[in-house]
Amino acid sequence: MTRFIIRRLLAMILVMFVISLLTFLLFEAIPNGDPALRLAGRSATALEIQEIRHKYGFDQPIYVQYGRTMKNIFTGQAYSYTQGFNVLDEIRSGLPATLSLAFGAGIIWLLTSIVVGTLAAIKAGRYTDRVLTVLAMIGVSFPPFFLGAVLIYFLGYKANIFPLGGYVKLTANPVQWFTHLVLPWFTLSVLFIGFYSRVLRSTILDTINEDYVRTAKAKGLSERQVLIRHILRNSLIPIISLWGLDIAQVIGGGAILTESVYNLHGVGQLAAESIGKLDIIPILVITMLTAFAVVFLAAVIDILYAFLDPRIRLAA
Amino acid sequence: MATTSATGTEFSGETAALLAEGEGLPPGIGPWALAWRRLRRNKTALAFGGLFILIVVVCLLAPVYSHAIAHIGPADETYLSKPFNVKTQEFAVSPTGIPIGPTWHSRFFLGADANGRDVAVRLLYGGRNSLEIGFVATMITMVLALILGVWSGYFRGISDGVINRFLDIIWAYPAVLLGVTLGTVLAVGGIGPLHGTALLVPAIVIGIVYIPYVAKPVRGQVLTLREREFVDAARQQGLSHARIMFSEILPNLASTIIVFFPLILANAILLEAALTYLGAGVQPPNASWGTMISDGISTIPAAFHNVLVPGIMLVLCVLSINVFGDGLRDALDPRAKVRIAH
Repeated sequence: MTRFIIRRLLAMILVMFVISLLTFLLFEAIPNGDPALRLAGRSATALEIQEIRHKYGFDQPIYVQYGRTMKNIFTGQAYSYTQGFNVLDEIRSGLPATLSLAFGAGIIWLLTSIVVGTLAAIKAGRYTDRVLTVLAMIGVSFPPFFLGAVLIYFLGYKANIFPLGGYVKLTANPVQWFTHLVLPWFTLSVLFIGFYSRVLRSTILDTINEDYVRTAKAKGLSERQVLIRHILRNSLIPIISLWGLDIAQVIGGGAILTESVYNLHGVGQLAAESIGKLDIIPILVITMLTAFAVVFLAAVIDILYAFLDPRIRLAA
Repeated sequence: MATTSATGTEFSGETAALLAEGEGLPPGIGPWALAWRRLRRNKTALAFGGLFILIVVVCLLAPVYSHAIAHIGPADETYLSKPFNVKTQEFAVSPTGIPIGPTWHSRFFLGADANGRDVAVRLLYGGRNSLEIGFVATMITMVLALILGVWSGYFRGISDGVINRFLDIIWAYPAVLLGVTLGTVLAVGGIGPLHGTALLVPAIVIGIVYIPYVAKPVRGQVLTLREREFVDAARQQGLSHARIMFSEILPNLASTIIVFFPLILANAILLEAALTYLGAGVQPPNASWGTMISDGISTIPAAFHNVLVPGIMLVLCVLSINVFGDGLRDALDPRAKVRIAH
């Protein structure tokens, strides 16, 4: 187990290192992305640009620049070149909105797709299954920003049921927090429900023909017990692992479209705005944060796996 | 279509056996003919496949619609200051800045946008660009993923390790975040001689983002294929590696390629719209469904048809590809060996 954890950590550090290096080099490669020019402003003289370049160390070799940037990030001293704020503070202030969005939507899409997927599998080939299949297809075909715009227009402007966007802190006003998040939760969930329910449907259909399911039925267990204790328990494994990784991506800015269209000021929107301004530091930090979250949650999932599936526990 | 050479296209003996069971089929029917029979029975998939072809044809006819019916180009803003319809004194954009909605006339059939341009004409021209980017991106993904997947699965060893790590790293980025970062950087800098506003730039970005989603399953399949008897036989006949990869391995990947093509195409068209919405995809003056939606969102609530029209078209197009692709997968791979993580 200790060896497993150490290997896991080393892999995580390697992936994070390469991702940070690639992102850093990507932005170095932009021809007119020179941050000194942006910092100096339009009317700067060549001398002023030279001074800024020297002050921020843009004239040093690239590996020195990379090393210093990483040091700044890990000591919490990473400042955005063009927007001026402390990146870690900015991410921290965006995190409550993103976490509320991620976990709220995550619970909705997980539970809904379990119900929908199970129903479609039980009724496989029949009318219910076909309707659910078409609904799932519609779900994965909707771009979040379009769905968001439609919902804001009809339920916000027209019907006046929900606010037009923005985020209210849970601690400030729980009711407002909830009403501001209902539409984003729904928008983010739709795509995942479509995808997850299809995956669950096919895993259940695979599991239904297993020997142990037949044995359980032969023992005289009720349909319900067979479904919950024998079929679902095994079929949920791939879903749970997908869920963990998707949540990690959503926290690390993966909900960039939903956050932007609802103006939630979360981590994703910060990434979107920074990319628009070619501001490398926030993007570096956010992509590293995502990689970290993905690898960390992948480890958590492995432990959950062992808990759900004794065969894994015995093999290890 | 339904040819099976001695070494060639047998995509899964198990699958064929499963299909042939109790269906009263003539003996000796090939796997492709079997797949075609299954697909033909799936009327929903065929209907949506037809819808997709219809969308493609209509978008290709954009210049015809523009010249012969609407008599207005996709970028024409000429009707801003004077009424476009002298009889009814209708303005494309009212003096208060509100664009006209659907008129059901030949001009401004689906209304105008905030710049007084014809939404219907732009919809078709934009659709051409969206579909073009989708197809080019999918081709890029498929070709590169096949090269990487077949190479690493066939030769294994160090190159496999390097390619696999590379795929893992692309995978660890959220697709949209990677696409937006690459898209912004390349839109500013261009790619070599290619200008940053060229349509090919978002196509290349999208093509790169989806490589691991195809390359990894292909690699897995090649790893098992290379151990099969017919590959062994080819090797002992003294065939070169290139020959084995092309004439022994590649034909056996055909069903995988066919199943992945619509999946990647649908996702590529969606990602194009997403990148454009975030300012990292199609750049002005080019139009696409993505640019139309993101332009339209800024005019909410005055002219909602500017969002609704391109949005519905985009959803219909992606939905038709998805449903047809699902039918295709059921026909070719009923036991769902090929599964895509999004």
